[in-house]
Amino acid sequence: MTTTLDAVPTLDVDPFSHETLEDPLPMQAALRDAGPVVYLPRYDLYAVARYEEVRAALVDWQRFPSSAGVGMSNFKHETPWRPPSLLLEADPPHHDAPRAVLSAILGPRALRRLTDRWFADAEDLVAGLLDGRGDVVELDGMTALAEAFPLRVFPDAVGLPAEGREHLLPYGDHAFNAFGPSNDLVAKGAPRVGELSAWVASQCAREVLSDDGFGAAIWAASDRGDITPAQAPLIVRSLLTAGVDTTVHGLGAVLHGLATHPDAWATLRARPERARVAFDEAVRWQSPVQTFFRTAEGEVPIGGTVVPADHKILMFLGAANRDPRHWHDPDRFDLDRDPSGHVGYGMGLHQCVGQHVARLEGAALLTALARRVERIEPAAAPTRHHNNTMRAFAALPLRLTPARA
Amino acid sequence: MDRLVVQGKTQVAEGVVALVLARPDGGRLPDWAPGAHVDLTLASGATRQYSLCGDRWDAHTYRVAVLREPDGRGGSAYVHDELAVGDTVGFGGPRNHFALVPSTRYLFVAGGIGITPLLPMVHQADLVGADWALLYGGRSRGTMAFADELARHGDRVTVHPQDEGGLLPLAAFVAGADEGTVVYCCGPAPLLAAIEDATAHRPRHLLRTERFVAADLGAPVRDEPFVLELARSGATVTVGPELSVLEAARRAGATALSSCEQGTCGTCETPVLAGVPDHRDSILADHERAAGDCLFPCVSRSCTDRLVLDL
Repeated sequence: MTTTLDAVPTLDVDPFSHETLEDPLPMQAALRDAGPVVYLPRYDLYAVARYEEVRAALVDWQRFPSSAGVGMSNFKHETPWRPPSLLLEADPPHHDAPRAVLSAILGPRALRRLTDRWFADAEDLVAGLLDGRGDVVELDGMTALAEAFPLRVFPDAVGLPAEGREHLLPYGDHAFNAFGPSNDLVAKGAPRVGELSAWVASQCAREVLSDDGFGAAIWAASDRGDITPAQAPLIVRSLLTAGVDTTVHGLGAVLHGLATHPDAWATLRARPERARVAFDEAVRWQSPVQTFFRTAEGEVPIGGTVVPADHKILMFLGAANRDPRHWHDPDRFDLDRDPSGHVGYGMGLHQCVGQHVARLEGAALLTALARRVERIEPAAAPTRHHNNTMRAFAALPLRLTPARA
Repeated sequence: MDRLVVQGKTQVAEGVVALVLARPDGGRLPDWAPGAHVDLTLASGATRQYSLCGDRWDAHTYRVAVLREPDGRGGSAYVHDELAVGDTVGFGGPRNHFALVPSTRYLFVAGGIGITPLLPMVHQADLVGADWALLYGGRSRGTMAFADELARHGDRVTVHPQDEGGLLPLAAFVAGADEGTVVYCCGPAPLLAAIEDATAHRPRHLLRTERFVAADLGAPVRDEPFVLELARSGATVTVGPELSVLEAARRAGATALSSCEQGTCGTCETPVLAGVPDHRDSILADHERAAGDCLFPCVSRSCTDRLVLDL
């Protein structure tokens, strides 16, 4: 059954205003409560914010394809700011080979060779922050932990040279802003786009990459003919775009959750094997990637209405992950919860291909912290970093009380 | 256990029936790409692999085609003689060891029922505007399934029944292959040997083959309940056919993180400490399945009376 378009509730909200980005939760609740599909006149968009519809839209690549862009811009009518991603901004059949190659390289069994090293790296990072620093250590959880750890392990795993890695975070920040409207956040990044894009492109070349990393494995797939030589650098680019900021803000989310929920920290210390669950619960609770768009292929029925052909639909992953229609007490960060099925990594064909990397980074860092830190508390209120796609912190002041040896 | 219901059964050539399969509740099926196969478990307990040969843009049905084996044993006779519309079959996968790699030019060679994985490949090659040709051999015209569907491609498709034209002219067919041409071949072993000979002068990765295997696979799969033991807590729970291992483990108090719950994302990978897993996922390669040291409890089950997991 479908209803006429007039029946679609309309909400005059701006998901990309600074006020909303500072605290998107009230707007997300209003969107969920307004209906299964909501029209946003400000951007001429359809939006879904309930778990059921967000998940249905995510998996339906046939009717909600990605090749017209997964941001607000419709690539059928506008030129993208960079050559489209072969993964994120592609549909079958073009999506098949890049996805198959990267899924194997970043799959759980392929990551086993990194596990011991990353756990040791996390121990080392935490020791460096605590050893000889007294009974209480105050630090910024973002720079000292959430950024430091991924930047320590991930570029090495890709096989990047040491120089220039400081470009990774600003490039990712801009790429995730660029999925939104062309607002001040996009303008802020614009002056450096050329420089950052050129640096990223230069890092994707075979001769720049080490011979034992994810990057080399992508090029090896091109030698085997599983992808073309022209595809290889763009697939490396996907790693550099989507693999850093996302995990940084996932780690920020879990550190914030643990610091503000002493019971959760106690649970993790008693049962460090729950680190992986804790990380996913934080991805559900904060949803570092808040939103993605799709484009309707023909008139698409969803949630009792129809999205008109070629219209953008905005999927609120973060709102779905806090939908009380699906989750019990969704605003609570709860280590006793089973967060399975959250859509923080997306769902379906385009689900985050790096999710196992993110979980491994999360498990390594949390395990090291749980072993060495007795108490973790906020040292001051955190400050948000505004991004059109990501829910992020600029600073996360923490007070760590090391465990007695 | 995941089961599919037979929605349609059609004779598509002498000795070949096509089955249209769907979820009993009509829900979405796992995504697949050309070259993928599913494992179907038939009433006899035998598991057989069948290439998907339908339309991947239809998320709600799978199509497979089944050749009646000459020796008449096992799964194929059951499918032909007994399986009826409305019946259900167990299913695992899909998995893909025969993926269509990107190229601007393809040569496809099919022998008999080996046409099935190539059917969605030619559709896709056509869709992306690649240059392609198909050479399709069979014993006789009447035994060659889907020749009618292929007719719309005109002279890109050469149907070559052996009783009319003899063996496939492979050397001539691949003679024009340039350095960007990828050759795909599926059929019986002698055809694969012949195509390897005909392309021996070319880089190996430009030939992709899949052998049509008639044999039943692996241990007989069971529908009977088995005992799941969770090593960390020592808890045990009986898993009947209505319950996934993942759900059973959760009911017994285990925390098992999962995501897609259809055997594709890999989140719920769990070490197996004892017992023989009945793999139903889309992830593991054959040698990884054979190792039997891990499983994806969202879809996979047990071949043995007892399965011990590191949960």
